Amino acid sequence: MGVEEQVLARLKERFPKLLLESASVRPGVGRIKIDRKDLVEICFYLKEELGYEHLSCISAVDWKDRYECVYHFTRYSDGSMFQVNAIIPHDDPHIESLCKFWRSATYPERESYDLMGIVFDHQPDLRRILLPPDYRFFPLRKDFPQEVDRQYISRRKLKTGGA
Amino acid sequence: MAEFWVNMGPQHPMTHGLWNLRIKVDGETIIDAEPIIGYLHRGVEKISEVREFQKVIVLTDRLCYVSSITWSHAYCLAVEELMGIEIPERGKYLRVISLEIQRIASHLMWLAAFGADIGLLTMLLYALRERELFLDLIEIMAGLRLNSNYTRVGGVRNDVPADFEKSCQRVIAHFLKKLDEYQDLMENSKTFLMRTQGIGKLSKEDAINWGVTGPNLRGSGADVDLRRTIPYEVYDQIDWEPAIEKDCDCYARSIVRMREMRESCRIVLDALKKMPPGPYRMKPPRRAEGEAFRVTEDSRGEALFYVAADGDDRPYRVKIRSPIFCTLAAVPQMMRGHKVADVVSIMGSIDICVGEIDK
Repeated sequence: MGVEEQVLARLKERFPKLLLESASVRPGVGRIKIDRKDLVEICFYLKEELGYEHLSCISAVDWKDRYECVYHFTRYSDGSMFQVNAIIPHDDPHIESLCKFWRSATYPERESYDLMGIVFDHQPDLRRILLPPDYRFFPLRKDFPQEVDRQYISRRKLKTGGA
Repeated sequence: MAEFWVNMGPQHPMTHGLWNLRIKVDGETIIDAEPIIGYLHRGVEKISEVREFQKVIVLTDRLCYVSSITWSHAYCLAVEELMGIEIPERGKYLRVISLEIQRIASHLMWLAAFGADIGLLTMLLYALRERELFLDLIEIMAGLRLNSNYTRVGGVRNDVPADFEKSCQRVIAHFLKKLDEYQDLMENSKTFLMRTQGIGKLSKEDAINWGVTGPNLRGSGADVDLRRTIPYEVYDQIDWEPAIEKDCDCYARSIVRMREMRESCRIVLDALKKMPPGPYRMKPPRRAEGEAFRVTEDSRGEALFYVAADGDDRPYRVKIRSPIFCTLAAVPQMMRGHKVADVVSIMGSIDICVGEIDK
């Protein structure tokens, strides 16, 4: 049994009802999908009991019907990684901050707020980071207009009329 | 004494790019610091969403102009994972060689900038002179010196010429001699030691909690090198040692980088010896669906690409984790209690690259 399967088994045992989806991506890498309200509990367990000490990355994705915050954790002792997708409803983009466990969450959370407009509750310093403070839009959302230059359109799309 | 804020930047020799470091001082002592970034934000993540998978490589090349191959390589690895393809063995070796040559070039750029920052102006000239030799090697491989556009989804763009191994051996033999000289120059310089030893301490636990990675983390005594912890390409078949120092200060971080250059030379020579003949590139599928991520050891730390696709020939979302962006969050902690003159050595030792911070 691989490392990621052991971790998944322990998570299933501890949180039988909370995991919406769980899978093994490749040897050493597991993935679960959860609701946003269970994030803190599961991440605390991942850090304290399972030893995922490094929060690599926080990526926010706009799937049009929902937002997803994707957290990547690393355990340095054996190099295994873990991905947690937290689902956020589209009309209420709030999620709990992880700053109290990982101080490294501060900048990525500010970035996700800046570009995607996800509000991290209880974040001590939630301000814009890359864009100017008076900017009024969230550019990585899918409803933010993106100019598609003609040369970027593939030949197949031109033939079929964009289908 | 009254406390007040001082702007170190956006135009300051210490910044190595366009960003601003605000420091709160009480006399000469720093009480707090706050990095202000975003001057170079180009929206790479947004532009990637309307370009096809292969065309994004041009953008990821420009994330960091001193280590472009490592960035496009991280992107290609993530897309290959997404498409579920395995590239030919020779392609993997060629990637490793190009990555390590790029790492040496990047570290030499750091050495030049760091030397100039803390008063070893000779280092600037020496390091840039030697960097030129490695850029020439990249030019032989890829045709371009800086934004080389060499890695492709599915392999690398072209094979190396027949006499490439000889050129590499010549450059590396020359460089290793010079590197001894530089290390002497650094270790025996009173100025250098006084300005780096005991400055900018960051303990191992703090470094991990702040998300500091790469040479800065190894300078804090953590045995973490993603090339060995999470092996990618063929790093597990090549014989090398990660460089780890235990002092947690600016001096340890710079010694880690000097030792890493030696290790990179060793990897290049070993990879050239073990490289098998055969194809170096394969044809990847046009479309992909799902999500994938890969981490690599960039010259500055952990680079992570998270790519999601919805079955189109373009990525739906590309997320870039820039190592220096996260390291910058730990800067206030490293600075507190030091003098204003130490800002330069602390910022120099963590090796800033603004292009990848601002994306």
